[in-house]
Amino acid sequence: MRLLNRSAGRLSRHRRGPLAGLAVLLLGLLMTGGLYAAFAPAQADSTQSQEDLVKEGRELFLVGCAFCHGQNGEGVLTQDGSQYGPALTDVGAAAVDFQVGTGRMPMAQPGVQVPRKEVVYTDDEIDALAAYVASLGTGPSVPDAELYDPDTLSEEEYDDYVTRGGQIFLANCTACHNFEGSGGAMPRGGFAPNIRGVDPKHIYEAMLTGPQSMDTFSDGNIPPDDKKAVIAYLDTLNEQPNYGGFTLGSLGPVSEGMIAWLIGIGGLVGFAIWGAAQTTRTTEKKDGADA
Amino acid sequence: MSADNGLTTGKVATTNGTEPASPTRSAKAAGAVANWADDRLGLAKATKGMSLRKVFPDHWSFMLGEIALWSFVVLLLTGVFLTLFFDPSMTEVQYQGSYDPLRGVHMSRAFASALEISFDVRGGLLMRQMHHWAAMIFIGAMMIHLMRVFLTGAFRKPREVNWIIGCLLLLLGTIEGFTGYSLPDDLLSGTGMRAADGFMKASPVVGTYMSFFLFGGEFPGDQVIPRLYSMHILLIPGILLALITAHLILVVYHKHTQWPGPGKTEDNVVGPPLMPIYMAKAGGFFFIVFGMVALLGGLFTLNPVWKFGPYDPSKVTAGSQPDWYMGWPDGLLRIIPAWETHLWGHTVSWNIMLPILIMPPLMLMVLIALPFIEAWVTGDKREHHLLQRPRNAPTRTAVMAALVTFYGLAWAAGGNDIIAIKMHLSINQITYFMRAAVFIGPVIAFIIARRWCISLQRHDEGKLLHGYETGVIVRSPDGGYAEKHLPISETSAYVLTARDRDEVWTPNGTADEAGVAAPGGKLAEVAGKVRGKLSEAMFADNVQKPTAEELHEGQHHAEHELHELEGQIAAGPNKHGSSNDH
Repeated sequence: MRLLNRSAGRLSRHRRGPLAGLAVLLLGLLMTGGLYAAFAPAQADSTQSQEDLVKEGRELFLVGCAFCHGQNGEGVLTQDGSQYGPALTDVGAAAVDFQVGTGRMPMAQPGVQVPRKEVVYTDDEIDALAAYVASLGTGPSVPDAELYDPDTLSEEEYDDYVTRGGQIFLANCTACHNFEGSGGAMPRGGFAPNIRGVDPKHIYEAMLTGPQSMDTFSDGNIPPDDKKAVIAYLDTLNEQPNYGGFTLGSLGPVSEGMIAWLIGIGGLVGFAIWGAAQTTRTTEKKDGADA
Repeated sequence: MSADNGLTTGKVATTNGTEPASPTRSAKAAGAVANWADDRLGLAKATKGMSLRKVFPDHWSFMLGEIALWSFVVLLLTGVFLTLFFDPSMTEVQYQGSYDPLRGVHMSRAFASALEISFDVRGGLLMRQMHHWAAMIFIGAMMIHLMRVFLTGAFRKPREVNWIIGCLLLLLGTIEGFTGYSLPDDLLSGTGMRAADGFMKASPVVGTYMSFFLFGGEFPGDQVIPRLYSMHILLIPGILLALITAHLILVVYHKHTQWPGPGKTEDNVVGPPLMPIYMAKAGGFFFIVFGMVALLGGLFTLNPVWKFGPYDPSKVTAGSQPDWYMGWPDGLLRIIPAWETHLWGHTVSWNIMLPILIMPPLMLMVLIALPFIEAWVTGDKREHHLLQRPRNAPTRTAVMAALVTFYGLAWAAGGNDIIAIKMHLSINQITYFMRAAVFIGPVIAFIIARRWCISLQRHDEGKLLHGYETGVIVRSPDGGYAEKHLPISETSAYVLTARDRDEVWTPNGTADEAGVAAPGGKLAEVAGKVRGKLSEAMFADNVQKPTAEELHEGQHHAEHELHELEGQIAAGPNKHGSSNDH
């Protein structure tokens, strides 16, 4: 800054010169261009590699995705008007990164809901697919790590984020995903999956893109910072000890009731049977019978 | 023994068996204390009927009520601890305790103190969890105790009043549990209160008034927690304690029922005396129950309020269920179709009224009425102190099987979402299945249980008349194979025959020979006919115990068989070394 001020001071001496304004403008343009060139050095290369990436993604897409999503990602309709695969023209790279990165796509079979499974593509292939689909239209891009990674927070920030994130989580997420993110039921065989231990990037992308029956929590709805807070809260749930003992799947009162009956009542009835078998009478009889 | 033992002999022995013992110093002191107390309190007279030598028969199924009793004691102990730290106030505070993720969050004092108990009070979380586990066990134990009493016929005269007290205890225990569930003011309890608010508002005409009275205004208000607290720690436990006392006094007064057996009749009670054997066992059992509750409290998370956070009407979580004992009305609520009637601008919500406001009171009424219905159908007015084996009352056992099946299905429906995600089912399919199953299931259970009982009766009859299966297979000279039966022991035969023959009630004397109708008229006649038919249906197909002649004949036959068997063995191939005789 000081350097700029100094040069500005030097320029001011020639200020009255008729070409001074033009000189400043030229200098400014030169600096902007130079700085841009300096800080974005791969511009020319990246255009090239981006094109390659899209091309590579298209190849992969035609093999693995086009059967349901159409050769240009336009979607395929069945005869009765429902979809084999929806159009992907405006879903963006984040949606691809989530769906393919969690193994949901390519799906093994049509069904009520696509379950998470083993990831089929490598990270590079996922990037290529995402680049291709992103090239088909608009849509959110894959977020940078600083948007979602709770490790980038300082310690004081982290506590604030966790507290705030917990409240956002309870207001927006627990209705389907349960108070600990252990998941819940949705109509007709659908389900809100267990979200504990899911990669923060994928949680962020899920909120951003609203996969399957999930709502889309756009940045206007839950700002990026709040999304990060939710992820920080989930991170705390993973980190914190189980204060009360075994969590019984963190499913609420149903599993608690099961333990009360199976272990509590079952165990005590067992003890009652054991206790009733320990009579003074039986030992007396044994002694007496032999005599 | 050693020499120093000899020095003390004179002090220990006060009698050699021929002279009366002289009371020791401590016995004298005890007697003096007892006299002092008796002169002032009249204890001897008041406890005259309650001898310490009171006999209590021994059987594991008689301990089930004790599980309930002792878990209630654990509830009182842990509950007192919790009252020392719980603050039943809905005043809003900002949490500054030691649970980081909630620090700075606004909440009621009630929830803040629940967090304080969980994280800042030494042993607080253990006490909270023990209190809650004990509550779950308390109600469960009451239910299995109820089933035992019903299935063995222990509710029959003269114990009907105690049956009613037991039913009221079950009701009060459930209400007590619900108020306790609501106290911490966490998200789960608030959701439960919201549901209760909805239930109240579903009652026609008075609904909104009831809700406004309870909450002191519109839900959630700032009144309900202190009000529930008074009910939870004072009113309901007081009534529970009084009813439990009455329940136990009646047990002492009626004397305990017993299983039939040699030397056990309707007029005596056989078993160890209250002091010291039964007291020692019961006292020991308290520690077992306490230990079990402590283990559960220490090992298993129950209601992790810190994860639910403070109640906020805008929040809700998946897996919001009541505690298990409220699960069955919740299940009915989950599966009932959306039935509503609109009358003059008002909505009558049958979909809430039927499962929540009508079914639970109705089921309680049915439960209370069971002893009276059975007595009416059988016309049995005698006192019963000997228990029945469930198989010897097939219709009664089948009624309980049907009730349990209905309860179980409704209960399972209350966990439909958890079943759906854990078994990968559609919640809709579960709902459709349950809608039919709650009606069909009990009928199937009734039929199966009844026929099962009758089959067991037939098996008993077979054992009495033909003896037990020895496992000895005999080949007759003409090549047929038969298993030999031998007579059962006399004790076993006694147990199997120690029951009454069923007597079908018949509506005799409704009209005398001259055609004059009995008092009561047409209605009584119809009622009599129904009663006769029911009584017939109740005992139809039951196997009655064999008569003395039949038994005698059976025995005779068995002796003959035995002789034959012995003869066959004596003359059998083994005599000649059959191993190489092919």
